[in-house]
Amino acid sequence: MKNSINNAFKIAKKENRPALISYTVCGDNTKDKSLQILNSISKDLDIAEWGIPHNCPTADGEDIQNSSYRALQNGIRLNDIFKLVKRFKKTKPSKPIILMGYYQMIFNYGDKKFIQKCKASGVDGLIVVDLSFPDNKNFAKLCKRSSICFVQLIAPTTTLKRMKEIIRSSHEMIYMISTISTTGSALKYSIKRIIKNYNIVKKIKPSKNVVIGFGITEKTISNLRPADGLVVGSAICREITRSLKDRQNPVTNVSKLVRKLKNKII
Amino acid sequence: MIKLKKRTPLIDQHDKFGFYGNKFGGNYCAETMRKPIEDLSKLFEKLRKDRKFLKKRDHYFKHYLGGETPFFKLENLTRHLGGAQIWCKDVSAINGDAHKAYHATVNALICKESGKRYIAGDTGAGMFGKNLAMAAKKMNLKCKIFMGTKDISRQAPNVKFMRDAGAEVVPVDSGSKTLVDAVSECMRHYVSNCDNTHLAVGSAIGCNIFLKICAWSTSQISRELKKQLIEEFGEIPKLKLINVIGGGSSALGFWNEFIDYDKKHVELIGVEAKYAAPLSTNAKVAILHGAAQYCLTDKEGQIAETHSLSAGLDYPGSSPLHGLLKDSRRARYTNASDKEALAAFKLITKLEDIRPSLEPAHAWSECIRLAPKLKKSDVLVVNNCGKGYKDKKIYIEQLGYYPK
Repeated sequence: MKNSINNAFKIAKKENRPALISYTVCGDNTKDKSLQILNSISKDLDIAEWGIPHNCPTADGEDIQNSSYRALQNGIRLNDIFKLVKRFKKTKPSKPIILMGYYQMIFNYGDKKFIQKCKASGVDGLIVVDLSFPDNKNFAKLCKRSSICFVQLIAPTTTLKRMKEIIRSSHEMIYMISTISTTGSALKYSIKRIIKNYNIVKKIKPSKNVVIGFGITEKTISNLRPADGLVVGSAICREITRSLKDRQNPVTNVSKLVRKLKNKII
Repeated sequence: MIKLKKRTPLIDQHDKFGFYGNKFGGNYCAETMRKPIEDLSKLFEKLRKDRKFLKKRDHYFKHYLGGETPFFKLENLTRHLGGAQIWCKDVSAINGDAHKAYHATVNALICKESGKRYIAGDTGAGMFGKNLAMAAKKMNLKCKIFMGTKDISRQAPNVKFMRDAGAEVVPVDSGSKTLVDAVSECMRHYVSNCDNTHLAVGSAIGCNIFLKICAWSTSQISRELKKQLIEEFGEIPKLKLINVIGGGSSALGFWNEFIDYDKKHVELIGVEAKYAAPLSTNAKVAILHGAAQYCLTDKEGQIAETHSLSAGLDYPGSSPLHGLLKDSRRARYTNASDKEALAAFKLITKLEDIRPSLEPAHAWSECIRLAPKLKKSDVLVVNNCGKGYKDKKIYIEQLGYYPK
């Protein structure tokens, strides 16, 4: 099977731009709506991240907390998420999809069973926020065996020694957290500093695709163009919240936002 | 069954990944937190061997917290129940009114040593928040306390105290608006500010280092108790040590020095709140706030909503160290309802001069259940770990009075 995550980065590189990666919460605000949103924005995306909502999200800021809360209120379950991924993949087989969540949800389901289900539904990658190196070694191995990309994170607090170890054990994509924060707060560091950190990570192993996330908005995205990929999450979740509040259709509004984001990086 | 290691402090019985018995604890946290908690672990390991630091800790315990807390027999209650001898280790007599004083003071001392100027902590009933606010003021640190809005309204006296001591009380309005959400929000605050803020987790929960610091601090209780028992009985008599369990920090402190004793000699009994009782109702292991632990969840793995009249006891999880004590069968766990705790308060305050808060009232309830079934030679010791005044409003609502 062709690795669609690597492929997505290749396409973006060929077009001389970073890959655009969205993060939305699966089931926000309903199961169908979240699929409609993803289907609609996927034409402007290179990779889609879908969050697995958890009611104790210790690394998420307010926007993603709100999205998760709505999704849970509307009764989303893990098995629904797998079904929705399957439906998404049916119409967009080459669009990579990464599930992102907290380890408790996976642990409760059972590591092996979870990964099997991911594979069967067409999940291409996994990000587990609170399963960091070296505790994630076994889990990463299980993912690899099922040709699922386990995406490791690197933070501004990660030491160079640790960074090297993480990168050595990582798969094709690495997620660099831009700034010391939870998701969705304003960037605390200058763009220059973030790019400098990015270059340090990238230099360790240039063949890995390094994406930057946390705090990326319409305003900051174009300045971060040198990265292999950019993740926009909270800004999108915020747009869903705003749309619902104003009784507008989140599908149209989010699609417009993602279009704008895309235009800033081409 | 998990086997405990003899002559190894309970907090040190973890592997290099921070797991106890291959099953409990660990460091399930965001990458951003890894370096700060590693730094904190190194600092703590250094400080706990540092004579100067230990001297400083003892100095604060003695002169700032008021020194040894009393240990005495409850003659009237013993006579009334007509079984075992009932003794009280009255930790509530400490300056700060609860065992959280030890833990808060040690955290402020560690924060000072780390060179950080900000300290952040979570609180449920407000006892940890209050003590942290006091310690921060004493040591000139800027303090933020995260507290659920439901708890802010039911524990108003403590909130006022925190604010008067100069701490910022951050209301947490997400989820169930109680301790579990306060801990989450406090951890988020730490993730965002770990470069200048020391995180003081309010109980023996969280990533490995946090529960170690907590249980190490509260173990002062059992050091004193051991000495007091020998003074009183000339030896360690056949004992049952009864302690309430929320997260489990006071019990770990109360039991620490007695872990190596045979359980027929020193039995350890933990009492949870009936509707927040992961240890005594066969809850599954789940990951909450950075650690694997017995925790109440729904079928999907979402953290369950709980209930207790006591703000300190409605935490859905439990310390990984209690998971270890349960699975090694060193301690046994039971629970008491709101009603039983209230009835215990009523009886105790009628017969004795102590005024337990709702938390230790749960432990007293188990003591009242057990004592009549035991012999006169049996010694029951209850950790009276919190003062009742903070729950005065609730007691009056529920019982119609608060004793003088």
